[in-house]
Amino acid sequence: MLETTALACERGGLRLFSDLGFAVAPGGLLRVRGANGSGKTTLLRTLAGLTRPSEGVVRWRGQPIADDYRKEMLFLGHAPAMKDELTVLENLEFSAQLAGLENPDCKNALERLGVARLADLPARFLSQGQRRRAALARLALSAGVLLWLLDEPFAALDAEGITQVSALCTAHLAGGGMLVLTSHQDVAIASAAPQEIELR
Amino acid sequence: MTGFLSILRRELRIALRRKGDVLNVLVFFVVIASLFPLGVGPEPNQLRAMAAGVAWIAALLAALLSLPRLFAADYADGTLEQMLVSPQPLAAVVLAKILAHWLLTGLPLVLVAPLIGLQYGMPAGAFGVLLAALLVGTPVLSLIGAAGSALTLGVRGGGALLGLLVLPLLVPVLVFGAGAVSAAMSGLDPSAHISLLGAFLAVSSLIGPWAACAALRVALD
Repeated sequence: MLETTALACERGGLRLFSDLGFAVAPGGLLRVRGANGSGKTTLLRTLAGLTRPSEGVVRWRGQPIADDYRKEMLFLGHAPAMKDELTVLENLEFSAQLAGLENPDCKNALERLGVARLADLPARFLSQGQRRRAALARLALSAGVLLWLLDEPFAALDAEGITQVSALCTAHLAGGGMLVLTSHQDVAIASAAPQEIELR
Repeated sequence: MTGFLSILRRELRIALRRKGDVLNVLVFFVVIASLFPLGVGPEPNQLRAMAAGVAWIAALLAALLSLPRLFAADYADGTLEQMLVSPQPLAAVVLAKILAHWLLTGLPLVLVAPLIGLQYGMPAGAFGVLLAALLVGTPVLSLIGAAGSALTLGVRGGGALLGLLVLPLLVPVLVFGAGAVSAAMSGLDPSAHISLLGAFLAVSSLIGPWAACAALRVALD
């Protein structure tokens, strides 16, 4: 469903990768590996439609990605997109509304990431790891979103957090979802069709 | 539409918890307007003639103080990125931000403006015209300012650049806004000036959000 052909990207005149082609089908997992600065984040942002590739196209359901694509895609980058002035719950509710999710059970989502007791705390009091968990609670709300693009989802998480997030990812894939993720850690995620690409 | 409303609600909620930002702009507006009599002397006729111009210049500077923050916080914490990848049309996002900006800076300026009128001994008949002109003109500051704010996103020293970029575009607002009040004070009909301000508002509500959307896409590329 998600395909790229002859994809190439450059940042500031530097060619990061070129002639990249892959396809991810329902239930498929694509791990993107590579050293720092090899273009993992750029690739994910390109797949999310934020960065324009210098060559090639990203296709979704056979068509170049357009506005409709954003309804079926979840992108979580490095930045947690949380406002210090709002509580953890308000932040999550806002991101659910922004994503157009219907009847999101935000409390339950925070529960599943183990941050339910922080729900009414303004986000400025959160530690790095707690912030990360609260941002990743979006995953627990997005079971119905077909494609997940996760940039370093396990960064700053403890062992328990990694288990929770990888369980969510496994369940998503088992339900026919698709997942593209960048990670420096080897976290076990069960998939019917795992793939790996290495950027250099 | 739900996206528009939830962004608007969120902006107002954040502002409610950071009242300082709103108050800063208001106090700045009043302070700038209060400096003029100290500089040019307390001659009542001279002050009365200056009143409208001073109110408008103070409003421009106050808007300029708040504009760099319009998108910067959302850009820094990743919210803007989430807005771009969300199914909400970017135009709705930008319009919600602009409306919130006007409600939090433009509208308070309109409400405080009578204070400046009093300070400068403006005749009672001109008060209404000053308010009407500010009511039509201040949204233009938010609309054009949003485009400038988006264009200078992530640029070091963006605030100064924003002023250079936006102030020349806002000259017509200053001219017709102050002109309306001057006309009313010399017994002429100010409606032509207000209509021109309205025309400027119509044009900028088309161009401002469109330019802001394009600039945001480039800033996040």
